Amino acid sequence: MASPGEAATDDSHVGKNKKPPARYWQELPEEGEDENKDEKGGEKPLPQKDQQTQKAKKRKQEEDQRDGKKFVSGKSDPFPGPAPIPKERVQKFKRKDKAKKPRHQHFKLRDMMKRSDEASEMSQKQAARFDLLLPEDAGFLEGDEDEDTCTISQEDIAEAVDITSGAKYFNLKLSQFGPYRVDYSKTGRHLLLGGRRGHVACIDWQSKHLMCEINVMESVNDVKWLHSEAMYAVAQKKWLYIYDSNGIELHCIRKFNDVLRMQFLPYHFLLATASATSFLQYLDVSVGKEVAAFCTKTGRLDVMCQNPHNAIIHLGHPNGTVTLWSPNQKEALVKMLCHQGGVRSVTVDKTGTYMVTSGLDKKLKVYDIRAFKPLKSYFLPAGASCLSLSQRGLLSAATGDVVQVYRDVWSAPVTKPYMAHRVRGSVWGLHFCPFEDVLGVGHGDGFTSMLVPGAGEPNFDGLDANPYRSAKQRQEWEVKALLEKIQPELISLDPTELGYVDRATFEQRHRDRVQALGYDPLAKEKFVPKYKKKGRSSAGAVERRKKQVAHEDQRDEIRKTVEDKMKMEKEIKERAQKKAALSNQKSALDRFKK
Amino acid sequence: FSVNIIIHSSDGSCLPIKDCLLLVPRNYDPSLHPFEVSREYTRALNATKLERVFAKPFLASLDGHRDGVNCMAKHTKSLSTLLSGSCDGEVKIWNLTKHDCVRTLQAHEGFVRGIVVRYCGTSFFTVGDDKTIKQWKMEAPGYGEAEEPLNTILGKTVFTGLDHHQKEAVFATCGQQVDIWDEQRSSPIRSFTWGVDSFSSVRFKPRGGEIPSTELLASCASDRSNCVIMTMRSNTLCLDPMEAYHFTCANEDYNLYTYDMRNLDRPFMVHMDHVSAVLDVDYSPTGREFVSASFDKTIRIFQKDGGHSREVYHTKRMQHVICVKWSADNKYILSGSDEMNIRLWKANAAEKLGVLAPREKQAINYNQKLKEKFQHHPQIRRITHHRHLPKNIYHQTKELRIMKEARKRKERNVRKHSRPGTVPVVSEKEKHVVTVVK
Repeated sequence: MASPGEAATDDSHVGKNKKPPARYWQELPEEGEDENKDEKGGEKPLPQKDQQTQKAKKRKQEEDQRDGKKFVSGKSDPFPGPAPIPKERVQKFKRKDKAKKPRHQHFKLRDMMKRSDEASEMSQKQAARFDLLLPEDAGFLEGDEDEDTCTISQEDIAEAVDITSGAKYFNLKLSQFGPYRVDYSKTGRHLLLGGRRGHVACIDWQSKHLMCEINVMESVNDVKWLHSEAMYAVAQKKWLYIYDSNGIELHCIRKFNDVLRMQFLPYHFLLATASATSFLQYLDVSVGKEVAAFCTKTGRLDVMCQNPHNAIIHLGHPNGTVTLWSPNQKEALVKMLCHQGGVRSVTVDKTGTYMVTSGLDKKLKVYDIRAFKPLKSYFLPAGASCLSLSQRGLLSAATGDVVQVYRDVWSAPVTKPYMAHRVRGSVWGLHFCPFEDVLGVGHGDGFTSMLVPGAGEPNFDGLDANPYRSAKQRQEWEVKALLEKIQPELISLDPTELGYVDRATFEQRHRDRVQALGYDPLAKEKFVPKYKKKGRSSAGAVERRKKQVAHEDQRDEIRKTVEDKMKMEKEIKERAQKKAALSNQKSALDRFKK
Repeated sequence: FSVNIIIHSSDGSCLPIKDCLLLVPRNYDPSLHPFEVSREYTRALNATKLERVFAKPFLASLDGHRDGVNCMAKHTKSLSTLLSGSCDGEVKIWNLTKHDCVRTLQAHEGFVRGIVVRYCGTSFFTVGDDKTIKQWKMEAPGYGEAEEPLNTILGKTVFTGLDHHQKEAVFATCGQQVDIWDEQRSSPIRSFTWGVDSFSSVRFKPRGGEIPSTELLASCASDRSNCVIMTMRSNTLCLDPMEAYHFTCANEDYNLYTYDMRNLDRPFMVHMDHVSAVLDVDYSPTGREFVSASFDKTIRIFQKDGGHSREVYHTKRMQHVICVKWSADNKYILSGSDEMNIRLWKANAAEKLGVLAPREKQAINYNQKLKEKFQHHPQIRRITHHRHLPKNIYHQTKELRIMKEARKRKERNVRKHSRPGTVPVVSEKEKHVVTVVK
C-alpha cells in the first residue's frame, strides 16, 4: 500500500506548489515516518472517502499550504518528521567527537571529513534505532515497602520466577575435593570447576549435562576456559596443562611452572599466567608460543585480573600495590598503591573505567582506572576475599562464607548490599555468568549457582558470543576469530590509539632522521679557523677571526629579524590605510551626522 | 517483592537452518565489542595480504600475428571483439571470450599504422605505410568472395595514425599534416599543419568536436589551435572520456603528462614510473585511470591525479609493448607487444571474475572500505605498494633515481653559489614544456 501522503500528492492537480513524489534516493530516515503513516492510513475508516470527495476543493487548498504534514483526511500528522531517538541512546554509540575543522584546510580533505562525519552520525543513529528494538529486558529485583532486597533468600527468588529460571539456582555438594575455582566460558553456556584436590569438571550448566570429569591427581590452583568450550587450561601443582572437553590431556607446558592464577584474553588468544615464582607469562594459544615472560620481582602472585577493555593485566601484591602489565613492556605500565596491607582481590569492569580492589585492611576501594584516581572507599568488617563484577556493573564480594552483591558501587555511596547469600564453606572463586542473571560461587563444599537479577547483559550478539550457537556456527566463529586475532604488540592502555593520527613532534621526527642518516642534517658545523702561516694564527688572531664569523652570523640574524619586522609594519600600515580608505568613503547620509 | 530474570526467547530456534548464518541476533553495543580499532586493523591487514595473494592479472595471450602488433582498436558496439594490425600489414579480428582469431586479412603492404572502427560498428578503417586509407566491412566475405576493401583512398604521404568521429561520417588522419576526411570524398576536407614536421597520433574528442594531436622532432601534442611544444617527442595522446578537456600524452622522456586544455602552460600532472619511452596510453571508460605501455616491457596503470602508478604488469615473455587498450566494460586491459602476442589482463589485478554472490560482494566492499581506511598505516602501505619487478627494471629505477638526485643536487649547488634570483626554481611540471604555440 502506498503511503497516504504520497497518494495525496498524486491526487492534486494544482501543479503550482506540488511537492514532487518522494524518491528512493531521498533521505532514508523517512522510512520510520512512512510506517507511522501506514498505520494511520490502515486504521482510517472507509466512509471518510465520501467526505473527501465533497470537500475536495477545500482539501486541495489546504494541501497547498500544508507541506505534506497532513493526511488525506485533513488531519495533521501528530508525529511529523522522522521518529525521534532518545539522546542517551545515541550517546551510547558515540565513537568520537566531531572532527574540528581547521581554518585552512584543503577542499578535498574537508569534503572527505564531512562525508565521514555524516556517515558516522548516520551509523550512530541507525545503531540507536536498532537498540530500541532489542528483544530482551534486563532483570531486576525490587522489594516491597520497607523490605530489604538483601533479606530475600535465594529459595524465594527461585520460587518466584519461572521454572527454567528457577532451575538456575542449584547447589553441587562436592565436599571431597574442594574448595573450588570457577570459570564460565565466554558465551556463558559452559561451566568449569576445579577443586583444590585435583577434581576438574566441565558442565553444560543449563542442561546440567556433564561434559567431562577427571581427577588430575595433583593440586589444582586455577582453571580457565580457552577461546571456546573445546579446550581449557588447568594450573596444576607444578605445570600448566591443557585439556580438551573430553578430559583428554592435550598439552603439558613445562615452561609455565607453579602457576597460581590465569587470565585468558579472548581477542588476542593469549593466556596470561601469574606464578608463585613471581613470573608473569603470556602464552599464545593459537600457535602455542610463549609471547612474553617477565619476572615481576614482587613475590608470590595470587591476585590477578584483566581489563576487558584494553587487555591489560592487573596484578595485586602483598605490599598493597596493584600493577598493570602489557606483554610489550618489561616493567609495569602503572604501579598504584591501593591498600595498606596486601591486596586480596582485584577486578575491572567491562568498559575499563572502574577498578575495584579489596585488601587486608578490610577496605573495598573503587578507582577510576582511566585517570588512576580513587573514587570510593568502603569498609567491610570482614574484608572481601574474592571480587567479581558483572556485565551490568554489579559487584559481588565474598567475605568468608557470605557472598554479598552490591549495586552502583561507583556512582552512589552504598550502605546496604543488594543481595546476600550464605554458602556452606569459605568462598574460593566467584564468577558472574555472562548473558545470564547468575553468579557462580565455588566454595569449600562444592559449587553454588546463585540468581542475581540484573547482573547479566540481556541481549547477546550472535556473531561475538552466542550461547545458542550450533557446532557449525562455532566452527565458523572460530575461523573468523582466529583470522582477526589481534597481535600482542597492539595491547596498550588506550585500545583506540591505533585509530588516531600519529602526530610525531618535530623533535621526534628530527631524532628519527638523525638516527636514520647517522648525522644531524640541521646541525651547524662549528667554525674551526684555518691554520695560517706567518704568525697569523696566533691565539689572538684566531680569536679575532672566530669573533668575526660569530659577528657575521649575528648580523645575519639581526638583519632577518629587522626585515621581518619591517614587513610586518608595512602590512599593518597597509591594512590601516585600507581601513581608513573604506571609512573615509562618504555616504550620502554622512552630511546629516553630528 | 517483584523479580524478573533474563530469559532468552531466541534460544537458537531459528538458527540451525543451513543458510541461516546471518539470522543471528545482534547487539551493537560498543561495550560488547571491545578492541574495535585493533580488530578492524587486523581485518584490513588480512584483506590487504589476501589482495596481494589473489593478484593474478594475466588472463590470456592471443597469438597468431606473424609480426609485432602495431595497433589495436576496440569494437564500438561489441565488447568481445578486438581488431589488431601488425607490422607486416595484416589485420586480425579477435573474439576475446573464445580467445581466438575470427578473421585475418592482409590490409596493407608494410606496417598497419592505425586502425579504427566506425561508430556504427559495421566497418573499420585502416591506414598503412603504403600511403593508403582503406575501409573494410566488419563482416567476413562470403564463401568464394575475395577479401576486398569497401573503399580505398590513396594519400600523398605516409599516414601515422587515424581516428573516427563518434557520430558523424568524418575521420582524421595524421602524418606530415593532419587531414580531416569525409567518408564520401577521396580528398581531405581540411588539412592542418602547425608548422611542425610530422604528427604521430590524432584523436577525436569523445563527444563531437575534434582534437588532433601532433608531435614533432622535439615533440608535441595539440588541440585545435593550441600546440604545446615539449622538450621530448610525445608518442600518443588520449583524451579523458568523461572530462574531455583533460588529455594525457605519452612521452619519450619516460613520463606521461596530463594536461588541462584550458591551461596548456603546464601539465596538471606528471606521471613518472616508467624507465623507458612510453609508447601508448589509453583511458579507462570511467576517466579516473589510464593505462600506459612502454618500451621497458611493462604496462602501468596510473590514477589520473596520481603521480605514480598504482599497478605494474609484466611477464618474462612480453617484449616492448607497443599498443594498449582499456576495454569498454572497465574490466580488462589489452596489450599488443613486439613479440607478436596480444595479452589480456585484468584491470584490477585481484578482482574475482564471474558472478558474485551477494555476500561475496558485500565482503569485497567491506574489505575495500577497510583497506581505504587503514591505507596510511605503515605495514599496510608497505604491502599494498610492494610489487615484484624484473631485475633490470628494478635497477634502472634505482639508477634513474640516483641520476635525478644528482641533478637536483647540482642545481641546488648552482643556485647556492650564484646571485639570488638568477637560477630560479623550476618545478617538475614546468620543466618539460618549451612553449605553447597559438
